[in-house]
Amino acid sequence: MNPERRQFLGWGAAAAGAALAPGFSLIELARARSPQEAASKLQRWGLLIDITKCADCDACVTACHEENGVTGHGRPETDAQWIRKVSLRDKRTGYAQTLPLMCQHCEHPPCVDVCPTGASFKRDDGIVLVDKHTCIGCRYCVMACPYGARSFVHEAVSGQKADVPRGKGTVESCTLCVHRVDRGETPACVAACNRDGGKAMVFGDLNDASAEIHRRLRSAPSSQVRADLALNTGVRYQGL
Amino acid sequence: MMRIAAGIVAAVMAAAGFADSGGPRASRVAVPTVKIEKGEACVAPTAQMRRDHMKMLLHQRDGTMRQGLRETRFSLKNCIDCHASRETGSVLGKDGFCSSCHAYAAVSMDCFECHTPLRQSRAAGASR
Repeated sequence: MNPERRQFLGWGAAAAGAALAPGFSLIELARARSPQEAASKLQRWGLLIDITKCADCDACVTACHEENGVTGHGRPETDAQWIRKVSLRDKRTGYAQTLPLMCQHCEHPPCVDVCPTGASFKRDDGIVLVDKHTCIGCRYCVMACPYGARSFVHEAVSGQKADVPRGKGTVESCTLCVHRVDRGETPACVAACNRDGGKAMVFGDLNDASAEIHRRLRSAPSSQVRADLALNTGVRYQGL
Repeated sequence: MMRIAAGIVAAVMAAAGFADSGGPRASRVAVPTVKIEKGEACVAPTAQMRRDHMKMLLHQRDGTMRQGLRETRFSLKNCIDCHASRETGSVLGKDGFCSSCHAYAAVSMDCFECHTPLRQSRAAGASR
């Protein structure tokens, strides 16, 4: 390629960038992503869970497993579990709390670090997923996850939801209901908590200063589970 | 000598022709059932679909999984929506659109190890 042609192409690229950038940011603010548009690094999806409002129910767990077609075989040792309720109790005072725990959608996910095939990956908008097409079922990620969020599918599955393929021999975990998020909806657990539960969960873009989750995180203290690992989780807790 | 060789060639060709058109093979291997249930035309011309449908699905798969591109045109869900059988609501089974052709061509497919072979509206109706 000669220098003139290279420069001409450079100008062209600069012009295209200048023409695109303003429109792009407008779209970002105006509406949900269109199906032809890739997930963007400008966003980072996250959850805020206020444990003081977390009622003694399992609406989020039921809704998650219904939405994603996660069914068990009555074998709690090996059945897949995308979200679970954890009970905490202060031994000295007896103060008890309960909270939902699922994939924390880390910025630096250990499950992605250890995956030998690249099946475990973080999408540009911060959602950590398993590409089951390349997952070989080695379960390194299951061991690497400090939250115990990943499950292995031990038995053949049938009756999957069309949006949530599941199959024997692969690892799976909370997808932050990526199929719903891509449609501009909130995850099933958040919808269920706001409908039937204690209205403890907020879903939103951690990078969007106008989002409710951003405002709440800005105005009150919050914490990450195992903050000492410096994974910068996308799921934050208040009142922990 | 030449005449004998020509005779042998002719005999072999005739036998081959008979084997191609004749009953024994057709009865051993079931000819695929290609029944289009819905829609006027597929997302691409038939010849291209026959040759390249797997490439389209592979391309779509990576875009959807990794980047969240959810255009429906070449998606597996879109295939199933039109091609699932009206009776069973599935693309698998004896006369299933996918399975009958793949059985004939002796090509295994892994899609339905994880993905549902049922048409979405049908599946939703069945679960309720």
